[in-house]
Amino acid sequence: MTRAAAMLSVEGLAIGFPRRTVGAGIGFSLCAGEVLCVLGPNGGGKTTLFRTLLGLLAPHAGTVRLDGMALAELSRREIARRIGYVPQAHAGVFAFTVSEMVLMGRTAHVNLFAAPSARDREAAERAIETLGIGHLAERAFTEISGGERQLALIARALAQEPQLLVMDEPTSSLDFGNQVRVLVHVRHLAAQGISVLLSSHQPDHALQIADRALLLGEGKALALGAPRDVIRPDTLQRLYGIDVRIVETADGVHTCLPDYATRR
Amino acid sequence: MNRGIAAYLLAAAALVALTAFAFSVGRYPVSPGELWGVFAAKIFGSARALPDNVETIILKVRGPRVFAALLVGAALAAAGTAYQGMFRNPLVSPDLLGVSTGAALGAVLGIFLSRDIWIIQAFAFAGGLAAVGLVYWIGSSVPRHDPLLALVLTGVVIGTLLGSGIALLKYLADPYNELPAITYWLLGSLASITPSDLGAASLFTVAGLAPMLLLRWRMNLLALPDDEARALGVDTRKLRAVVIIAATLMTAAAVAVSGIIGWIGLIVPHAARLLVGPDFSRLLPLAMLIGAAFLLAVDTLCRTVAAIEIPPGVLTALLGTPFFLWLFAVSRRGW
Repeated sequence: MTRAAAMLSVEGLAIGFPRRTVGAGIGFSLCAGEVLCVLGPNGGGKTTLFRTLLGLLAPHAGTVRLDGMALAELSRREIARRIGYVPQAHAGVFAFTVSEMVLMGRTAHVNLFAAPSARDREAAERAIETLGIGHLAERAFTEISGGERQLALIARALAQEPQLLVMDEPTSSLDFGNQVRVLVHVRHLAAQGISVLLSSHQPDHALQIADRALLLGEGKALALGAPRDVIRPDTLQRLYGIDVRIVETADGVHTCLPDYATRR
Repeated sequence: MNRGIAAYLLAAAALVALTAFAFSVGRYPVSPGELWGVFAAKIFGSARALPDNVETIILKVRGPRVFAALLVGAALAAAGTAYQGMFRNPLVSPDLLGVSTGAALGAVLGIFLSRDIWIIQAFAFAGGLAAVGLVYWIGSSVPRHDPLLALVLTGVVIGTLLGSGIALLKYLADPYNELPAITYWLLGSLASITPSDLGAASLFTVAGLAPMLLLRWRMNLLALPDDEARALGVDTRKLRAVVIIAATLMTAAAVAVSGIIGWIGLIVPHAARLLVGPDFSRLLPLAMLIGAAFLLAVDTLCRTVAAIEIPPGVLTALLGTPFFLWLFAVSRRGW
């Protein structure tokens, strides 16, 4: 993997809020079509890292390069044309329909005083179809289920036509089936060449769908590498303070089994 | 037929019918034929033999008042619609950042210092702008807070402070001359509108409406959480500032000529949203139509139902409440 091919490259990054640094020494790069899963405890800096990469928080040190350009020099509009952000699903206040919500993904492509064009509407419809939620298009975003909202928010990010998707715990509020469905979508999108940066509370998610995993804890990047290499009993103990066994199934899949018996 | 189009046609038809009705009724009734005659004479230049007093009543007496009702109603409804979306709260009215209280303090101060209507209006307009300017300046210089919450809290606190200023001036005012004028102004009225008042008011209202109408699709983004809107490519700080300036110009101009007319900025946006949903591209123009029609209906009743003028503030709630409850009951849409 050469530097030139990296969609996103992060070097010596320190993240945090004004007057409070949350993490430092973070570095990684992400190629087209690659899935990187960030693991870490609550308050470990996952969301802060994502907000920094989206240009919503200023880095305390280090550089972020997007598609070869310094993030700090890109406008909000230029960033939005490259990075699609999928927040944790929320209900919102007003009853926008799903298609109105997805259409908002086109903001960076619509001129300041204009309304979305026919081309923008087509892009939004394509995104809705990709996620298979055409039947929800005219439903109110406030009235659909959490899983459906998450899919709609992914569709909105796709309508941005980004090269990189940043997904903040896309599975955290979903039931078992919807978690799997969302992650299958993530794999499909990566297969189409979109880079995906996501965070999760389940090491298994990284093991099943990520190309690499970044372990974020104790204010720094503890490990970065192939999920099977970095997700180990010792790293998980350090990250979460619990004992975990990594088990390999008969067909070669790795999975985490927390040790409930000795857990204090 | 599409529900949205039906709502627009209905609101536009109601507006035209109400305007014709408002010109016709009053202490000196004018027939529809006479009304048409006056306007035809003005538009086509044709000379019609009508008594001079009919033309005077239509163009000089009722004209400014009808126009003021349409202007103020549309402005308050538009500002309320923008504020509810921007503050992501359907219970917000255009007064949230202190524009009405500031304008009221300005007007009361104007009455206290002088009885010149021009000075009172100028003070009211400046007071409204100054109050919102102060709230915005304090709210956005507080570090490390949610910018919206900081604005709302500052608005509430400054509003209370200005309110006590009004109370003090009322207490100090001469109870025989100034106090009735103050009370009358605070109740709001379109009775003493003159054509010259309307010039400045329409200028500032148009100056506020134009950016809002141009940005109306983009204003949808302000209804999303700040981070999301920014990640979608919007500079939320700038857009919010533009919307606040536009809404404040309109509201201050409206309040300066009409006094405080509550309720419209709060309820009309709801009514419009129940009809066409929350998308500003459709919502904003409809809210303006409904606001204009509603205030015109209220003001027409104010000057015709009783021998004395009724303050519009009394009737807005009296008429608006059943209308809103009916709409709420028949509509199946959420906010």
